[in-house]
Amino acid sequence: MKPAEFSYEKPSSLEGLLKLLDQPDRDYQVLAGGQSLMPMMNFRLAQPELLIDMNAVEELQFISEEGEAVQIGAMTRYAQLASSPLVAKYLPLFAMALPHIAHAAVRNRGTIGGSAALADPAAEMPALLLVLNAALNLVSNSGQRSVAADDFFLGIYETALEEGEIIQSISIPKTQAGNRYGFYELARRHGDYAMAGVAIAAGADDPVEDIRIAMFGIADRACRINAAEQAFGGTSLADGAALDAAIAGLSTLEFQGDLNADAATKKHLAGVVLKRALKEMSK
Amino acid sequence: MSEVVHINLTVNGEAISQTVPVRTNLVDFLRNDVGLTGSHVGCEHGVCGACTLEVDGTMVRGCLMLAVQADGAKVTTIEGFADKDRATDLQEAFQRHNSLQCGYCTPGMMASALEYVEAGGAADREAIRNHISGNYCRCTGYQSIVDAIVDVIDGRAAT
Repeated sequence: MKPAEFSYEKPSSLEGLLKLLDQPDRDYQVLAGGQSLMPMMNFRLAQPELLIDMNAVEELQFISEEGEAVQIGAMTRYAQLASSPLVAKYLPLFAMALPHIAHAAVRNRGTIGGSAALADPAAEMPALLLVLNAALNLVSNSGQRSVAADDFFLGIYETALEEGEIIQSISIPKTQAGNRYGFYELARRHGDYAMAGVAIAAGADDPVEDIRIAMFGIADRACRINAAEQAFGGTSLADGAALDAAIAGLSTLEFQGDLNADAATKKHLAGVVLKRALKEMSK
Repeated sequence: MSEVVHINLTVNGEAISQTVPVRTNLVDFLRNDVGLTGSHVGCEHGVCGACTLEVDGTMVRGCLMLAVQADGAKVTTIEGFADKDRATDLQEAFQRHNSLQCGYCTPGMMASALEYVEAGGAADREAIRNHISGNYCRCTGYQSIVDAIVDVIDGRAAT
């Protein structure tokens, strides 16, 4: 289908964008890469009265180093992340996951900020931000604030973003020597949304001292799996008993079915992806 | 009344200056207003890949971009790839290998294949399949499409 009628604004500066966002009485949507919003508008699931296009705001497209973190502008596209030497050097988990995020033509347009702000439960990016302990730097006409990824994703398509607020950039701590990463997802077709997926970040210590595990495509949002993280604390990533405990711990989650699979299947697949990711990490 | 915007863009090397409703997507604009019907419209939600075309040097979904967003851009469609000799070997390889039956996916498939070949992609069947995974073909089973792409990569490496 075609989108319903809307008005269109394309500000060329962040200042101009924030002014447009500061219209609480208007029914607007903010357009980032458009790889999710445009389909929603074509289906008329979204029918904003005003579309505010961020694509001309160049201040929001950058990848830079800032001390111990990599800063990524919200409008940075997946293809730019995939070809960035800084991302390759400091964010190895991104390099592992990016080929699984949609298809080439979609990665050429889709943005990191758009994915985070949409918070699709089956998207990879929220899970990556959770395990990498990212901070989301938010901005509105009334100021700036920073929110940890752990406090940002609240539910299906629901985030900590307030009315008139957007993601300006995302800060992600650089990897440390010896850190280990895992990523695995099951999809019907390479690049499609995952039926179940997992991202893992572990410190260099063996036995494991710190580990963060997040899953996507299984519940109402990407979420940390506390039971699995606890199961691997103080053991090796190859520890079979810890894996059994981690998989048993999955039953505390509220699995949600979708068009791909029902909740019981998702629960099974969650165990499968966890096992496969860990196996790959312990090689 | 539709809100309209005047846009200026280059399509296959030709300057186009036209007024479009803001809700018109790029592929509909190219087909209905510019008259270039080579790009196909399939699912209209970014899944099938039939509308894949080039905007400022990168392949995009023509149904997930508004025409107004292409204001100032350089757009190349399947007609442009054919005219400029950029994909002649790919077109020939698609014919030679019977890489199409109905041909509906072909414009988008060729755009994705061209992106892979021009980026220096390896003649690795699995990597090729991953790259074209965003383009549905319901006729060929992909085998012959991969054959054609491998052929072109080998051919370009040899010259």
